[in-house]
Amino acid sequence: MQGNVACAEGALAAGCSFFAGYPITPSTEVAEHMAARLPKKGGVFIQMEDELASIAAVIGAAWTGARAMTATSGPGFSLMMENIGFAAMTETPCVIVNIQRGGPSTGQPTMSAQADMMQCRFGSHGDYSIIALSPASVQEMYELTAGAFNLADRFRVPVFLMADEIVGHMRERIEIPDSVPRVERRPLTPGVLPFHPGEDLVPGFPRFGTGHGVHVTGLTHDERGYPCATNPKVHEELVRRLVEKVESKRHEIADYRVTNPDAELVFITYGSPARTVEQVIHDNPEKKIGHLRFRIVWPFPENALREFPRARAFLVPEQNLGQMAREIERHTPVPVIRLPRFGGALHTPEELLAAMEALK
Amino acid sequence: MRHEVRFSGFGGQGIILSAVILGRAAVMYDGNYAVQTQVYGPEARGGASMSSVIIDDSPILYPKVRDPDILVIMSQEGFEKYGAMAAGNAIMILDSSLVRSRPRCRYLEIPATTEAKNTLGREIVANIIMLGALVRATGIVREESLEKAILDSVPKGTESLNVRAMKRGMELASGEKGQ
Repeated sequence: MQGNVACAEGALAAGCSFFAGYPITPSTEVAEHMAARLPKKGGVFIQMEDELASIAAVIGAAWTGARAMTATSGPGFSLMMENIGFAAMTETPCVIVNIQRGGPSTGQPTMSAQADMMQCRFGSHGDYSIIALSPASVQEMYELTAGAFNLADRFRVPVFLMADEIVGHMRERIEIPDSVPRVERRPLTPGVLPFHPGEDLVPGFPRFGTGHGVHVTGLTHDERGYPCATNPKVHEELVRRLVEKVESKRHEIADYRVTNPDAELVFITYGSPARTVEQVIHDNPEKKIGHLRFRIVWPFPENALREFPRARAFLVPEQNLGQMAREIERHTPVPVIRLPRFGGALHTPEELLAAMEALK
Repeated sequence: MRHEVRFSGFGGQGIILSAVILGRAAVMYDGNYAVQTQVYGPEARGGASMSSVIIDDSPILYPKVRDPDILVIMSQEGFEKYGAMAAGNAIMILDSSLVRSRPRCRYLEIPATTEAKNTLGREIVANIIMLGALVRATGIVREESLEKAILDSVPKGTESLNVRAMKRGMELASGEKGQ
């Protein structure tokens, strides 16, 4: 099965019933497959006029209670930024798939990149927080997409599947589980204000058609949901909560894999470069090479770096100039070696082995 | 038993579909592992196209082809880009109606495009002729697995045409054995 098709199938397994999107290489197969499958399952597929409208429709659908998703790549992702901020501000659960291609601008439509990792975290204006996942196989395109809906519903944030072209277009063997775990949105308790933070800082979600009158606005709002845009205290409390509801749970949200924790030289990866590192480790078992592989990249779980107490260097192969390497540097005194790879090709095992040997 | 197969030609020949069919045969009908990847340009047709399949009996880590042992070449440009540097122990199946050059490694000349046009009446099945020849020459997947994977992948109404193309490829490969 193709990675993009596995993504769509994972969404369907999670109960996604709404997809709005605009086709763009290398993400088009996600929309194509949803267009073929969703209507037959009683869901709604809409090809929108552009990406601005796509994310807007997804936000609207999410407020009716639907599990809603869109899929895009670089240029479309840029167009979505304004309404991604709206989703963050209105605490709308939704899933946004970005099959990353070479940028900036139209760049390399058919080639792989991982250069939108900072954009997904900080691309819209203002302070907010999101969750971003990074699959390294067709199997994970399925599993992580399905899991993304649970995270979106639990934390009421936009959740990003930050895949790359290689894993999106790759076809490989996949095992489809009978069912996927499902976490529901916590419903709003009658009588409680719609934006009153619960114990976990996440307000209950008003169920559509059950008598709640809710005002949903991108303006700074109080717990009633009413605009309150000039009150510094309300603004500070709201923004701090939008950030803290995710950041304070980052070690609970964390999802990573550790190989050889006693290693001195440790690769840190997410997405398809993980496959190269796995090959290097497989081919050189005697070298005891460490590997920390993030399946969730944001919120960044810095405690994961402490899984390697003897680390002498962290090597970070990425299909960008070092976006996550910079984040890793912020959290550790261990030297971080950037291993950027450009143009769409994957790092080769020889190249990563050589980078490691150069440190000995 | 890791095998790395690379297909190359131009957009519109079914270079990517060929790799998908071969990978499907290996996974769905032979029970092996396979990873298929591709490189293509923004053009709909006519641009250079390359796709790869790795077939193995254990899980595949690095998903890209490093050193193909089987090459299927369907254009002169594809030969120059991917075929000319084929390793000495590789085997190449080349469409002799479109590729002028010959490699240093072992090779089979299959006039797939001419055969598809003249014998089967549809140039579009040249890639299936190449697949038939490839599987007969290398045994990389079982012949019945290839046939099932082809039937899964081709449009309704073209099944018998495609099976005839596959069989023609197998005949051509048998006839040219020992070259």
